[in-house]
Amino acid sequence: MSTIIRLANITKLYQMGEEQVHALQGVSLEIMQNEYVAIMGPSGSGKSTMMNIIGCLDTPTSGLYELNNTNVSEMNDNQLARIRNKEIGFVFQTFNLLARSDVLHNVELPLIYGGINVTERRRMAMESIERVGLSERMHHKPNELSGGQRQRVAVARALVTRPSILLADEPTGNLDTKTGEEIMQLFDALHREGNTIILVTHEEDIAAHAHRMIRLRDGRVERDEPVMNRRTYGASSVAASA
Amino acid sequence: MRFAFAEFKEGMLIAFAAIRANKMRSVLTTLGIVIGIVSVTLMGTAIEGLNRAFNKSIAAIGADVLYVQKWPWGGGQDWWKIRNRRDLIIQQARAIERQATTTRSVSPVIGTQRPVKYGRQVVQNVVVVGTNANFVETTGTNVDLGRFYTAAESDGGRPVCVLGADVASNLFPNENPLGKTVKVGAGAYRVVGVLEKQGSLLGMESLDNRVYVPINRFFHEFMSRRGGIQIWVRAQSITDLDETKEEVRGILRKVRHLSPSQEDDFAINQQDILIQTFNQIGAVIAAVGLFITGLALFVGGIGIMNIMFVSVTERTREIGIRKAIGAPRRTILMQFLLESAALCLIGGIIGIIIAFPLSLIIDQVLPTAMPLSVVGIALLVSVFVGVISGFLPAYRASRLDPVDALRYE
Ligand SMILES: Nc1ncnc2c1ncn2[C@@H]1O[C@H](COP(=O)(O)OP(=O)(O)OP(=O)(O)O)[C@@H](O)[C@H]1O
Ligand SMILES: [Mg+2]
Repeated sequence: MSTIIRLANITKLYQMGEEQVHALQGVSLEIMQNEYVAIMGPSGSGKSTMMNIIGCLDTPTSGLYELNNTNVSEMNDNQLARIRNKEIGFVFQTFNLLARSDVLHNVELPLIYGGINVTERRRMAMESIERVGLSERMHHKPNELSGGQRQRVAVARALVTRPSILLADEPTGNLDTKTGEEIMQLFDALHREGNTIILVTHEEDIAAHAHRMIRLRDGRVERDEPVMNRRTYGASSVAASA
Repeated sequence: MRFAFAEFKEGMLIAFAAIRANKMRSVLTTLGIVIGIVSVTLMGTAIEGLNRAFNKSIAAIGADVLYVQKWPWGGGQDWWKIRNRRDLIIQQARAIERQATTTRSVSPVIGTQRPVKYGRQVVQNVVVVGTNANFVETTGTNVDLGRFYTAAESDGGRPVCVLGADVASNLFPNENPLGKTVKVGAGAYRVVGVLEKQGSLLGMESLDNRVYVPINRFFHEFMSRRGGIQIWVRAQSITDLDETKEEVRGILRKVRHLSPSQEDDFAINQQDILIQTFNQIGAVIAAVGLFITGLALFVGGIGIMNIMFVSVTERTREIGIRKAIGAPRRTILMQFLLESAALCLIGGIIGIIIAFPLSLIIDQVLPTAMPLSVVGIALLVSVFVGVISGFLPAYRASRLDPVDALRYE
């Protein structure tokens, strides 16, 4: 198993006028291929900040970040955009879909920016939409879908470029328990298919799907351990449904 | 770039979706552009019309005609020297006619004053002009009744004449003058034609109080010695007038046996004051039009810039999403530039639609139609304004930090 992510002494400092906020104060960790990691911690502990850095949406104040053995911490804006496009699939708590575009176009968009030609693009997008069970809803706008369906679209969009890692910052935060559980089953399945998944959550139940749990506190790694009482797909009481 | 097209198409789709989502606002925003484009189109149309009107009237006024004379217009030279110049003679007119390649027609012209009589009617002080059959072509005058005398009548010095409009109406108040015989001075002439009324130009003597007779007859009848004529040369095109002038000058120097060291002993006059005046009027119209256009486009551009800033702010989150999934800066930049250019293009099209009926009103005064080139220029200008005024907002959008943009409410 190769290392996909290596963080070494990552710090993030926000300057708020006179005041300094140390969102991350020296985070070091490694994540291997096909790991399933949950990040937990109290509010304000730096979870989102760390996810944004891992997802190349943000850059650290200091420290080294290697993604697939390339140093990302010194890349410029356009190089980071390329990494986000090719290597990273990001799922947000608030879905972040384009309201005016239908499901197909939302899922296609990363491929457009990736320069994939139209036939190949269509094929990949449709495949990805099918994977999350939304083939019927291909031409619906986000406001015509339920919260769970919207999050599935977001997952399809994250998957469509076949990224090295799937990042999800509280993906079930805006969903009820049942729908959240369905999304987690989707993540479980994607993990079994070989994807590397990192997700942030506040709920122990959700974190229990992962294989490894990292707890942050005050911008530091407090604990990093395997998950004991794992919930697997088979053990779940909720049947998968589209 | 192989896939730039997909991105471009995506940009266009976003642009038109955004404009459609805010139809009213978009149309109002383009008002300045609309005014600018209306002004640019009408100005272009007016100038085009003025040009055509001018070209049409050039012939009538004789701006494309060179007047070869002993005396230069405007004066200023040594009176005695010019007085003693050799006369221009009819053979020299023939030489120009035969040798020149850039002329349209050549006429020797000579004049004097005589009373003209028909029965008991008399018109005093009529200018009797001796010239050849080319005269109507050379001066661009039209024959109203009958015809001008032919080359054969002219060369043969036949006793025929063509009357100016005033002479005709004074001598023949109730009769058809054609075929009648009038007395010009002492000689009898048969009337073969009457010229169209021309009016008097710029306060000069009336061009209608004239009688035209064959120049060979004129020499025979009205003066003892041959010579002292003018040679009027009409150029093939007004734009090559200088070329024609040089050609005529060369021919005359040769036939008048001037050595290279001698200066011209004749003057080639032309109506360049007229052309100057025209150019001045054209320049004033262009300057005023350009000023209005510039002002309107400037104000319009500021309006577009303003609305584009609003558009970027409204769509901060969308920009964040696009960046998060890998849109590079240039893609975001292009997206907003396209939107701004499309907005202005719509303004430009509205402008042309408004300007078209207005140009038909101009058409009542000037012979013109909205030239296609003006439409093209107007559309180009509006796109250009769009790109310029959209740049700052688009640049700001492209520089947005993805995390900040995604957090924006
Ligand atoms: N753009 C910013 N400017 C200033 N401070 C910030 C900014 N973003 C985050 N912070 C601060 O950094 C710290 C970590 O924030 P972060 O969003 O990573 O927390 P979190 O663990 O994701 O919290 P939550 O569970 O509430 O989402 C917080 O104290 C927060 O106030
Ligand atoms: Mg957070």
